[in-house]
Amino acid sequence: MAKGRVVIDVERCKGCELCRPACPQDVLFLADDLNSKGYRPVILLDPNHDCTGCALCATVCPDGCITVYREIPAKKAVREPALA
Amino acid sequence: MNPAVMTAPNETLVYARPQSLADCYTHYCPGCTHGTAHRLVAEVLDELGLRERTILVASVGCSVFAYNYFNVDACEAPHGRAPAMATGIKRVNPNNIVFTYQGDGDLASIGMGEVIHAAARGENITIIFLNNATYGMTGGQMAPTTLPGQKTSSSPQGRDVAMTGYPLHMAELLGSLPGTAYSVRRSLHDARHVIQAKKAIRTAFEVQMANKGFSVVELLSSCPTNWGMTPEQSLTWIKEQMVPVYPLGDFKV
Repeated sequence: MAKGRVVIDVERCKGCELCRPACPQDVLFLADDLNSKGYRPVILLDPNHDCTGCALCATVCPDGCITVYREIPAKKAVREPALA
Repeated sequence: MNPAVMTAPNETLVYARPQSLADCYTHYCPGCTHGTAHRLVAEVLDELGLRERTILVASVGCSVFAYNYFNVDACEAPHGRAPAMATGIKRVNPNNIVFTYQGDGDLASIGMGEVIHAAARGENITIIFLNNATYGMTGGQMAPTTLPGQKTSSSPQGRDVAMTGYPLHMAELLGSLPGTAYSVRRSLHDARHVIQAKKAIRTAFEVQMANKGFSVVELLSSCPTNWGMTPEQSLTWIKEQMVPVYPLGDFKV
C-alpha cells in the first residue's frame, strides 16, 4: 500500500476534529498542548507508518491546514544506472 | 504562517492549500463548513486558472469577510443585494468571472427578490449558496430554510409550520426558471460529498465561462455553534435531518 505523510499547520488548526473520523488509518490525534489561539491542534502520530497519503483529511478540513505527500513506489522511482 | 511546502525527492505533493485562498486565519468557528466551501471554490479557481480575472461579490452574514479570504478582487454588497451587484459588474466587465458567496439568511430571506430576478434575467453569474438552516452571524435565529420542528434561538419550541410556514427549497425554485442554466444541491457532510460539491462548483464556473447563463450551487452546511453540537455531530445532523428535507440532486443542468 502506498505510504504517505501529512503536515498540519498547527497554528491554523482549530481542533474541530473533522479529519479524525475521515481518516481511514486512524493516525490523527489531538495534541496535548495548545496553539497560540488556544485550540488543541490535530497532529499526526504515525509510528507504524500507516498513513497512505489518501488526502481524505485534507478534503474535509474546513481550514485548509493539511498538506499531504505520498511516497513514489520504489519500482517507479528514478534509479541510478547500474554500474557495468 | 504556512509551513513551507517541502517535497522530498521520493514523494509527490498530493494536496496543498490552494493559491486562491488567502494566507490568513478565518473567523469561522471550529468545524464550520464555510471554510470547506471557501477552499473548494479556491481550488476550482486555481484549477480553471481564473484567479486573475475573477471578481467576488461578498454578502452579509457569517461570510461577510469572504473578501479577505480569497486572493481575488472583491466587493461587499448590501445585505441580500449581491446578485444585483454581480449583475452590474458582469455586464460592465463581461470578460471577468463574477461570483457571489451567500448564506441562506442573505439569499433566501432579504435577498430573495434579487436572486430570483437575476435568475429570471439569465444573468451570466455564479452563485455559491450555503444553506445551514439558521442565521449564523446573529445568533442562530430561525431562517426561511429552518427545518420544520428545528429548535433555534427564536423558535425555542421548534419551528411551527402552522405559524411560520415551510422551508424554502432554493435550488428547485431557481432551477424552475428558464434563465437558469445550472442549479444543483450538494452537501458538505463527508469526504465523498465534498468531492461531489467541488465537481458541481467547477461545473458552475464552466457554465459561466461558456456564457450559458445563471448558475447556482446550493451547499448544505453546518453551524455547530448555533445548533449546539460538536462539529462531528453537526455533520451527522446534516446527513440525517437536512438531506431528507433538502434532497441532493441536479435540478437544472
